[in-house]
Amino acid sequence: MGNRLRKLSKMTVGSQCIIESFTDENLMQKLLEMGCLPGEIIRVDRLAPLGDPMAIIVSGSTLSIRIDEADHIMVKPIA
Amino acid sequence: MLQTPSPEIKKSTRRQRVALIGNPNSGKSSLFNLLTGLKQKIANFPGVTVDKKTGYAKIYNSATGEATSFEMVDLPGTYSLYPKSPDERIPFLALCDPKDDSHPDLVIIIADGTNLKRSLFLASQVIDLKIPSVLALNMIDLVKQKGIDINVEELQQRLGIRVVPISARNEKGIEELKQAIINPLPVPVIDIYESQLLAPDVIHTIRGKININSDYAAFQIANHIEAIPFLHIDNKQQEAIISLIKQHDFDVHKLQSFETMERYKVVNEITKLCVVNTQAENKPTWNKRIDSVLMHRFWGYIFFLLILFIMFQVIFTWAQLPMNWIDTGFALASEWLANHLPKGGLNDLIVNGVMAGIGGIVIFVPQIALLFTFIAILEDTGYMARVSFLMDKLMRKFGLNGRSVIPLISGVACAVPAIMSTRTISSWRERIITIMVTPLMSCSARLPVYTLITSLIIPTKYIWGFISMQGLVLMFLYLIGFFAAIGTAFLMKWFVKMRERAYFIMEIPVYRMPRWSNIIYTIIEKVKVFLFDAGKVIIAISIILWFLSSRGPGSRYTEITEKIELVSQSNPVDKTVINILEGEKLKASYAGVMGHLLEPAIRPLGFDWKLGIALVTSFAAREVFVGTMSTIYSVGSNNLQTMTIRDKMLAEINPETGKPRYSLAVGWSLMLFYAFAMQCMSTLAVVRRETGGWKWPAIQFIYMAVLAYCSSFIVYQLLR
Repeated sequence: MGNRLRKLSKMTVGSQCIIESFTDENLMQKLLEMGCLPGEIIRVDRLAPLGDPMAIIVSGSTLSIRIDEADHIMVKPIA
Repeated sequence: MLQTPSPEIKKSTRRQRVALIGNPNSGKSSLFNLLTGLKQKIANFPGVTVDKKTGYAKIYNSATGEATSFEMVDLPGTYSLYPKSPDERIPFLALCDPKDDSHPDLVIIIADGTNLKRSLFLASQVIDLKIPSVLALNMIDLVKQKGIDINVEELQQRLGIRVVPISARNEKGIEELKQAIINPLPVPVIDIYESQLLAPDVIHTIRGKININSDYAAFQIANHIEAIPFLHIDNKQQEAIISLIKQHDFDVHKLQSFETMERYKVVNEITKLCVVNTQAENKPTWNKRIDSVLMHRFWGYIFFLLILFIMFQVIFTWAQLPMNWIDTGFALASEWLANHLPKGGLNDLIVNGVMAGIGGIVIFVPQIALLFTFIAILEDTGYMARVSFLMDKLMRKFGLNGRSVIPLISGVACAVPAIMSTRTISSWRERIITIMVTPLMSCSARLPVYTLITSLIIPTKYIWGFISMQGLVLMFLYLIGFFAAIGTAFLMKWFVKMRERAYFIMEIPVYRMPRWSNIIYTIIEKVKVFLFDAGKVIIAISIILWFLSSRGPGSRYTEITEKIELVSQSNPVDKTVINILEGEKLKASYAGVMGHLLEPAIRPLGFDWKLGIALVTSFAAREVFVGTMSTIYSVGSNNLQTMTIRDKMLAEINPETGKPRYSLAVGWSLMLFYAFAMQCMSTLAVVRRETGGWKWPAIQFIYMAVLAYCSSFIVYQLLR
């Protein structure tokens, strides 16, 4: 699989990835200031029972993010 | 470099203002409570419905013993100074605009020691605005427990402001913090992050035009000049700045994110220098274990249902006792006043207008207090964020939010506290929709109406020997309220426009024990807000209602009043005559006239003028229906004579049909009307307070009236 970019929303629970870029400028600003910076490692902690939102652990805190928001975060999976 | 005047100079002119700023969940409100105690005022920030908490604190200089008084302002929790929604503009405007009403002389930045990097990001923005600041390094006890070592001395060096380790939860370090407030370091000359490099010309020119303290404030102005009318800048200056940034290709979006990333780099360096982290996992293992149950796909919902069940039971049953006390207390006080004040119109106004109004307000206090006890505990422990997480997808289908669940469910007890609890919904649109539909949930004030009417039209039969028909009808009415609420929400999704792009990105905090003092503060705050903000409107409306039902056009009303006076002086007093006269008096009053006027409009619903009067008076509160009907049917409104009023209503014959007046059709029509119509002035008053104007309560009143009228019309015409 290697280093192909993927949407964060497509990552499975328990997997880890590195933030590469964002595809929504407003959302990007919000995520940046909460500590989701390019280069940070994200771990997908869990999905809500109905599959949305997802909980991610990034730079020490747990964030809840809706799937359509996670669509705008491009990540590189860590093997 | 321009230096801000040191705080000492301003002291003589006015009280110094201190603002608290910090990330959500950083312990900001605990610290605010510790610093101000109960001397707090809650209002809205201008233009938005965000709580503005202000308080006063007296600080004694430990060296000289001299006391200084401060005004404290609690700014809403935020992650940065970049405003992305109207609510987030508040901290931005307060700090960047020296002429803003809340602009502080000093800022206390509250940092979460266990997540220092993110806290320092906001801190560095504030410090670069060149406002004297103090950093309160909170949760220092947790920091030590986690094996994190923070070099406070080094941090102070790097930031250029005083850093005081505190634990707001254990009230540690507060005195040291107070001393730092009265004796802050002079504003550092060098920026933590040199924003001036981002657009030197633009920043330089802006600083030449407007009186601001820092390069960073100039940068922020350039960033937001087009989007926000602010900073007390006149149009000319604004246009000049806009053309300036166009001229220099100042790309707002790019520069914002670039600045954020660069600033984080600097903050990262500082964190590396000052924090020795033993690379501990942030979430303790017990936290994970709790989550594996509370966020489980099955047990998570079961637990949530259990919490709702307990909450519901407590609000319904426990609140009843103090509510009865309040009721009796006010009845006794009114009686005493009626007997001790000089007789006449003023006596009547005070006893039946003002006292009834105040009583009608105070009666809500137990429910508000209990509901907010629950909400504060759920919020403080971190469970509320998990509820949102579990419910979000489901609620979003109906235009609602994960946080709408609690208000909706609480609406079954009473819409007033339920609507007050919608403040935690951060998306304005989802919050408005929640507020708009919550009053459709069957509240406890509808219960007396439902039971009376059900007993009139539904036989006391049992299906299969144990399922009560009346009970089934009651359940049906509750369900219809619920489905009307979510159905309306679903429709409103298309009508309520978004004011801003809303994000659901939210921190899920680590579980913590609730802080009881915070809970008590929350309760006091909510009760105060209700009593003094919504209370004014409620009193005004109850005086109007008093006037309508205690005055009448022409001489007839006065004649009956005099007759009653005469009869009640006779010995022995003839209760039945008085009751009949009281009924006549109500009919002759303005409310009675309005009932008659309403009759043509409500006849298609199967209602006569008597129900018309009840509709007018029930606007005070739905349960007033029973009392009004008792007066109209002359059974006296003292104690719960629902049996007699029931008998009277049951016996009444409709002259047009020769059948009972309260037929199945009329009964259902009436119950549906009470299920949907907005007959509650307290709710309207609270909606006005929570939405900041009369627009939304007006829309709510109208849509609910239309819904009520149409459904009553349909059901009456079908069943007739």
